[in-house]
Amino acid sequence: MKNDTNQKRSRAEIVFYTVAAVIALIGLAEATYLTVIFLTGETAVCGNSADCFKVLGSAYAKIGGIPVSGMGALAYFSVFTFAIFAAFDYARARKFFTWTVISMFAVTLWFLFVQAYRLHAFCRYCLFSAALVFLLTGLVVARPSTTRENQ
Amino acid sequence: MSRYAPFIIVGLVAAAALGSGTYLYRAKRAANPPLKISKETGEQGGESAHVLGPADAAVTLEEFGDFQCPPCGRLSEPINQLQKQYNLRLIYRNFPLPVHEHAKEAAYAAEAAGRQGRFWQMHDLLYREQAVWSKSPDARTLFNAYAGMLQLDLSRFKQDMDNSEVQRQVDLDKERGALIGVTNTPTIFLNNQAVAPEQLNPENLGAAVEAAVKNAKPSS
Repeated sequence: MKNDTNQKRSRAEIVFYTVAAVIALIGLAEATYLTVIFLTGETAVCGNSADCFKVLGSAYAKIGGIPVSGMGALAYFSVFTFAIFAAFDYARARKFFTWTVISMFAVTLWFLFVQAYRLHAFCRYCLFSAALVFLLTGLVVARPSTTRENQ
Repeated sequence: MSRYAPFIIVGLVAAAALGSGTYLYRAKRAANPPLKISKETGEQGGESAHVLGPADAAVTLEEFGDFQCPPCGRLSEPINQLQKQYNLRLIYRNFPLPVHEHAKEAAYAAEAAGRQGRFWQMHDLLYREQAVWSKSPDARTLFNAYAGMLQLDLSRFKQDMDNSEVQRQVDLDKERGALIGVTNTPTIFLNNQAVAPEQLNPENLGAAVEAAVKNAKPSS
């Protein structure tokens, strides 16, 4: 009976962290693309969208000369890494996963505030990334209780 | 095996992300190589012009343009293609028309970008996004955003937009145009010969350039 519960828990955890890893992979791909766009100075990516230019061309798009998208890529890669290790039962990775997602959620809220109240423009790429972070946060919140108990 | 599996998966994804990022970067760089830009000065009283292409090109195409004029926008990309195809020497001069609300400011934006070596990138961007900023009540904010996208030093760009020397540069271009009879945009000269207004469309301009190249090199 106990073995059965353990097996179910383990399967739920694997599914949970695999879904999180896939979402992080999508975010990583988008953030990597935007970083390349930033480094090459390409502008076609925002074609015909004034809002996109206002956000990606703003001073908020980089911190100390480093593109925010590059930092996003790093964050998504971290989430992916922790999710994979958590799926393989590395207990500490679960904590890192949770805290990284919570940090990304806070940063996302800040950038949504910046877009809404400082730049008065929303960039479609940023909104997509925000949606991914919201999904990851939703996963963390709605995580199966068995997974939470393990932490 | 499962002990090493997460390391292998993470390593593979890291390699794939770095590899695809590098590939994309190289592909985009190859598609848009750094422009061969030169800036000529001293033609007339310290006036300078934005020049693309070799100084000894068989044909020089000189354009007087207004960034807010729709026909100029429609000709912008075909002229870029002709420049590459025939290795033309391309000269661009500002001729902002008073009827266009943001034309002068757009010319200042291009000149300010030019001060950071990105005149042609801003030139192309202004024409490509013409329909957007032309209708904007605050075109200046968009010009700043374009400068940001082109990785320009934003504070320097903003200063240069208001710089009297930059504004004088635009006035000098316009004075030069007026002096040689330019009244409208686009006005194009091929080896100092004005192109007839009815030829100012992508097809006919291409034919005019081809003829000018043939005339310039009759033996070849």
